[in-house]
Amino acid sequence: MIAGRPLAIHAQGIRVARGEREVLCGLNLSLAEGESLAIIGANGSGKSTLLSLIAGLLPHDAGALRIFDAPPRAGRSDVAIAFQDARLMMWRSALRNVTLPLEVGEGRRSAASSSVRSEGAAALARVGAAQIADRSPAGLSGGERQRVALARALVRQPRLILLDEPFSALDALTRDRLNEELPEMVGSASVLLVTHDIEEALLVADRVVVLGSAGLIVAETPGLRGLPAVQRRAALSAPTGMTNQQTLREALRV
Amino acid sequence: MFSAMRRTAAAPFALAILLLGTWEVAVRIFAVPAFLLPPPSAIAARFATAWADGTMLRHLLPTVAELLLGGLIGGAAGLLIGVSLGLSGAARRIASPYLVVAQSTPILALGPLLVLWFGPGPAAKVAICALITLFPLAIAALVSVRDADAGLLELMRSLGATPRERLLLARLPSARNGIFAGARVAATLAVVGVIVGEWLGGSAGLGILLNLARGSLFDTPLLFAALLQIAILGVSAYGLVLFVERLTSRLMR
Repeated sequence: MIAGRPLAIHAQGIRVARGEREVLCGLNLSLAEGESLAIIGANGSGKSTLLSLIAGLLPHDAGALRIFDAPPRAGRSDVAIAFQDARLMMWRSALRNVTLPLEVGEGRRSAASSSVRSEGAAALARVGAAQIADRSPAGLSGGERQRVALARALVRQPRLILLDEPFSALDALTRDRLNEELPEMVGSASVLLVTHDIEEALLVADRVVVLGSAGLIVAETPGLRGLPAVQRRAALSAPTGMTNQQTLREALRV
Repeated sequence: MFSAMRRTAAAPFALAILLLGTWEVAVRIFAVPAFLLPPPSAIAARFATAWADGTMLRHLLPTVAELLLGGLIGGAAGLLIGVSLGLSGAARRIASPYLVVAQSTPILALGPLLVLWFGPGPAAKVAICALITLFPLAIAALVSVRDADAGLLELMRSLGATPRERLLLARLPSARNGIFAGARVAATLAVVGVIVGEWLGGSAGLGILLNLARGSLFDTPLLFAALLQIAILGVSAYGLVLFVERLTSRLMR
């Protein structure tokens, strides 16, 4: 953490209960600005709940949660979330899907304004999808749809990006390619990636943590900070990388 | 595109020629009296003379006016009721039993009552048309607004969209197909509503022309010509809904 700068996420003793069941009990987590963190956990481990808390879509029952030193709140322009499914509006073109965040909420601008269109086009270019701007989502492949969804998450230039298994519905080849391109797409923003894929987590994130069944962090693996994707992939199959994968796999089993 | 249209239109057109031809020949071979079943050629001729002497237009205009007014009032009210009930669970719980009862009551059976209230003029026809249009549209709007894509709504919430933005940019557009499916049903029912309303009395209208042709003029070809005109009107009403549907899709893009 850089001294004097607020943490992107600071969570202490977070508790969420749904009826009798505790989804998260006493979770501690912090994410520095510019850092990328992956959380792996099995189904029902509470990882999606955690993202919803941070995005301000769900309240928590106890504990302290600060996002850039402020309580979580939906609609902040410096926090963006990309969901597991692309959630595109089929009646809008790819570009108009990307500009949606600029047209709603605080600081909304007219959809017709040239700045909105050019920022949308820039976001699409950033995810390598400039050529599909005018296409309808109905005619796009799964990978292209997720690129559009990522561009939509990036268009407000957020400082924190929450990714909820964004590539899990894609075929392995497309997923690998997007994972390799992801660090460049998000640039300097902090990233919190939620996934159940250990390799994906190690490929994308600087640090990987495991959520156990009750939401406690049971293992933490310092990753491969700053390495480009190609080297990360090589590192994954090196002895340390294999050890990392092994550690995480065992932690998941607990 | 046009050649494709020509190809898809060719088969139904050929079938129509075949059916009309059979009808024409059968009526002539079996010497069916024209007051029971006139041949298509006689109907077409009568249709042309009714247009030429102004009879058809005189009866068509009031029907079109009642249809547009009734359809517009019923459509707007149905949309408003359906969208409001789709948005509010509490309102839905209170109102939906009434909606079900109202929908299972045959609106046409209310005709005599409406004539009693609104008199024999156009108001009763407009009322029947509005009522019969209202329910299919209200129910279609209710269901499709209620069941709008939850993922999109969560996305809108994460973007900090206001309730108004969520309604206009996510809920209504994602409910659009369902609403227009209801509107297509409503369009054809609206024509039925107006015609039945006219049967109950009045001085001009296609429904009245039907009664006149059958009861006082004994002009069966005119009866068929009026039926043809009503069919054309029904198809036009349906076409109008399709046109508006296309228009909204262009606006949303």
